Amino acid sequence: MSTSTADLQHGQGHSDDPHHQHHFADMEQQFDTSKIGMWLFLATEVLLFGGLFVGFGLMQARYPQEFIEAHEHLQRPLGALNTVVLLISSFTMVMGVNAAQRGDKKKLVMFLTLTIICACIFLGVKYFEYSHKFEEHLLPPRWYHAQATDTVRDAQGNVSHGYGTFFAFYFMMTGLHGIHILVGIFLLAWIAVRANRGEFSHAYYTPVDLVGLYWHLVDLIWIYLFPLYYLIK
Amino acid sequence: MSTQTHSDKHEHGGPAVYTKTLLALLFLTIVTVGASYVDFGSGNVVIALFIATIKASLVALFFMHLRWDKPVNAVIALAGFLFLGIFLMFDFIDFGARDNLRPVNFNGMPVIQGASGASGAPAPAAGTEKKE
Amino acid sequence: MEQSLKFHSKVADLPRPVKNYLNNDPGIWSWMTTIDHKRIGVMYLVGVMSAFLIGGIFALLVRLSLLTTHHTIFGIQVTAEVYNRMFTLHGAIMVFLFIIPSVPAALGNFVLPLMLGAKDVAFPRLNLASFYLWVTGAVMAVASMIIGAVDTGWTFYTPYSTTTSGTVTLMTMAVFVLGFSSIFTGINFVATVHKLRAPGMGWFDMPLFVWGIYSTAIIQVLATPVLGITLVLLALERVFNIGIFDPKIGGDPVLFQHFFWFYSHPAVYIMILPGMAIISELIPTFSKKTMFGYRAVAYSSVSLALLSFIVWGHHMFVAGQSQLATVVFSALTFLVAIPSGVKMFNWLGTMYKGNISLETPMLYAISFLLLFAIGGLTGIFLGTLSVDVHLTDTYFVVAHFHYVMMGGTVIAFIGGVHYWWPKMTGRMYSEKWGAIGCALVFWGFNQTFLTQFFLGSKGMPRRYYNYLDQFQPLHAFSTYGSWILGAGLFLTAINLLASLRKPMDAPDNPWGGTTLEWTTSSPPITHNFEDQPVLERAPYDYRPEVVAHQ
Repeated sequence: MSTSTADLQHGQGHSDDPHHQHHFADMEQQFDTSKIGMWLFLATEVLLFGGLFVGFGLMQARYPQEFIEAHEHLQRPLGALNTVVLLISSFTMVMGVNAAQRGDKKKLVMFLTLTIICACIFLGVKYFEYSHKFEEHLLPPRWYHAQATDTVRDAQGNVSHGYGTFFAFYFMMTGLHGIHILVGIFLLAWIAVRANRGEFSHAYYTPVDLVGLYWHLVDLIWIYLFPLYYLIK
Repeated sequence: MSTQTHSDKHEHGGPAVYTKTLLALLFLTIVTVGASYVDFGSGNVVIALFIATIKASLVALFFMHLRWDKPVNAVIALAGFLFLGIFLMFDFIDFGARDNLRPVNFNGMPVIQGASGASGAPAPAAGTEKKE
Repeated sequence: MEQSLKFHSKVADLPRPVKNYLNNDPGIWSWMTTIDHKRIGVMYLVGVMSAFLIGGIFALLVRLSLLTTHHTIFGIQVTAEVYNRMFTLHGAIMVFLFIIPSVPAALGNFVLPLMLGAKDVAFPRLNLASFYLWVTGAVMAVASMIIGAVDTGWTFYTPYSTTTSGTVTLMTMAVFVLGFSSIFTGINFVATVHKLRAPGMGWFDMPLFVWGIYSTAIIQVLATPVLGITLVLLALERVFNIGIFDPKIGGDPVLFQHFFWFYSHPAVYIMILPGMAIISELIPTFSKKTMFGYRAVAYSSVSLALLSFIVWGHHMFVAGQSQLATVVFSALTFLVAIPSGVKMFNWLGTMYKGNISLETPMLYAISFLLLFAIGGLTGIFLGTLSVDVHLTDTYFVVAHFHYVMMGGTVIAFIGGVHYWWPKMTGRMYSEKWGAIGCALVFWGFNQTFLTQFFLGSKGMPRRYYNYLDQFQPLHAFSTYGSWILGAGLFLTAINLLASLRKPMDAPDNPWGGTTLEWTTSSPPITHNFEDQPVLERAPYDYRPEVVAHQ
């Protein structure tokens, strides 16, 4: 049985790429596998957020009138602005991956930076929106203050809990989404630093691709969040 | 094995495709915001989610490269949404068929007579509930 | 390079490698930073067995408290609160710290890449991260026990869990962390099975253990995130009183149950599928016969995984669900029994006219067949809506799930540990004491839990610290059974650990198995195989002409 040292260490793959992990036959298998792993992780994120969407849907079925009235307090132009900002950030992200594919370090760093800027704008707008909610006490049921426009009340004039429930879900979902944006900013910054150091090339840009996939998912979630909260009557 | 990369993928995607996708997405955003000013009744939710799904598909197919990837990635993505759909569907089978969806102890709200409801006892504390 | 392993020389002729994965690169730091799936598997094994010990001690205490209607342990009064904490901790530790990781993370990690002819799992560093997440979750869970303890039952139902004092938030966050450990394992295994099979190994050339672990991994990836969000919602409810589960401020406690069981029902399939996967290895090997209905068993694993997602409401028949939902879930529950039945008959068909040998792993496999049959059937009784209304929340349910989880998974797990023990450690345990241990476990288990079917159908409710006098004889009988069971498990553990004092003398293939892990040394070298194995024959091929070449 021939057992050359090379065989012992490299198995079938004799790639000299420093990123080649030895349990993979070649870089292509490694890249494909990384992508599968990332998509599996994204599926878990879909289900994580999806749970909140389900809860929101059920509560909306329970409090239809309250949810309609409550959503009027959300500022549609800001939501739309954030949607546009995130879509642009997705664009700059995929352009960054494209630059990495072509080995264009300068463009890669530029696009990553633009993506980070978009993300920061998003968070800035969110902060502005949150401040408004806190000022008006548009909060979960325990802290909710009745608004003049709330029509669903009991005989004593107490408002239905549906209003507060709307905002409970609003904060939970946009909050969790915001945390993902924040994590995304850190990931993008990390990748940008590595890119600047010249760690990526047309032969190896897997981390850029994977962070890109994560970022698109964050955009995807907002694509559903936006109409459900801001637009639906 | 060579440090073979994905030179074949250079034919996939590319700035032109991405730009067109972005424009489509922005256009659809305008459409969905515009549609929200029109009242389609119960169609509101359907239309909004339908447009959102088109946008999501564009992002997934083009920005996330599913259009050109091996099918397994798309299967994984769809599986996530499918099982989420299962969760949603069965929960609506429950909530949709409940006798009494709203809490029973909320004073002044129309309650379907005769149903004992999930919460049971009439609300003694309702009158003392904090005025919100 | 294409060494056809079918024509390997007799194993005894091969020199044992001096350096194997255990002694190569020694020292604590090298173990703590390892990315070798075999070492990670061993560390997981030690971890889950420790958790099993703690959970088992709580079980013995619970049974001890139930010995008489005076609810005392060694003379000390057990209050309701203390009792509630004991069964909660027993359940939470056993479910989250032991049984869910047990087969996939301990045995699966070790065996899966070897079976596939791979050098490691797809993401070795993620594997190590998964292990450290398990450790973190374990530390958090133990901390929550020491600081305040939880008394909600492992199911954390609202509104009790959102209002009770006690370290519920810490425990739920521990489970959250453990959930991510499970998710990472699942992601790793799905990717590994898709991409790292040996050349020549198509999907239907894989061992059935791999099919079982793969199906489990699908559930881990798709179901666990919903548990994650459930626990986050529970924590938010406790800390901020956010209100979605509290009826007083507009919430719905049944919503919590939907969220919880959407994960926890598939979770029980995370528990049983790997156990079944082990049985699918043991039965052909110890019958020296090819698996009857290989494809049927493979398909049944995947269909069990998928069907497990549409039956969760059968845990909520009396919770306040709509009638329509209860009827739908009951009907679907019958459906999910079918793949399990398919497996049972295929295992039996494999044994039929086989050359059966009764080493310890096979004794456990046969025990599994009997015990899982009882567990599975009683599951159907409980899935029958009209019957469940009477049996729910009684000891019948407790007996049912112990039959499937312990009589099923734990029995299979112990069988698997014995089966792969020589491969993992290079030593053979004592067959005599292995058989005695199995006999005691089997006897003790049945005495403990068969009794509980009767207790339950006679009306004894579960999670009660006290009971009516008429139930005392059966409770006492069950408690004595738990002592025998404990003794059997203890003996088994001693037997296995004692073998570690012997020199490494296990052959590469002590059982005559046909899967790829038996073609490498016992224990394997760090890189698993000298050369990349190429698969050239069907799994479980026991044809004489093929066996003769081995």
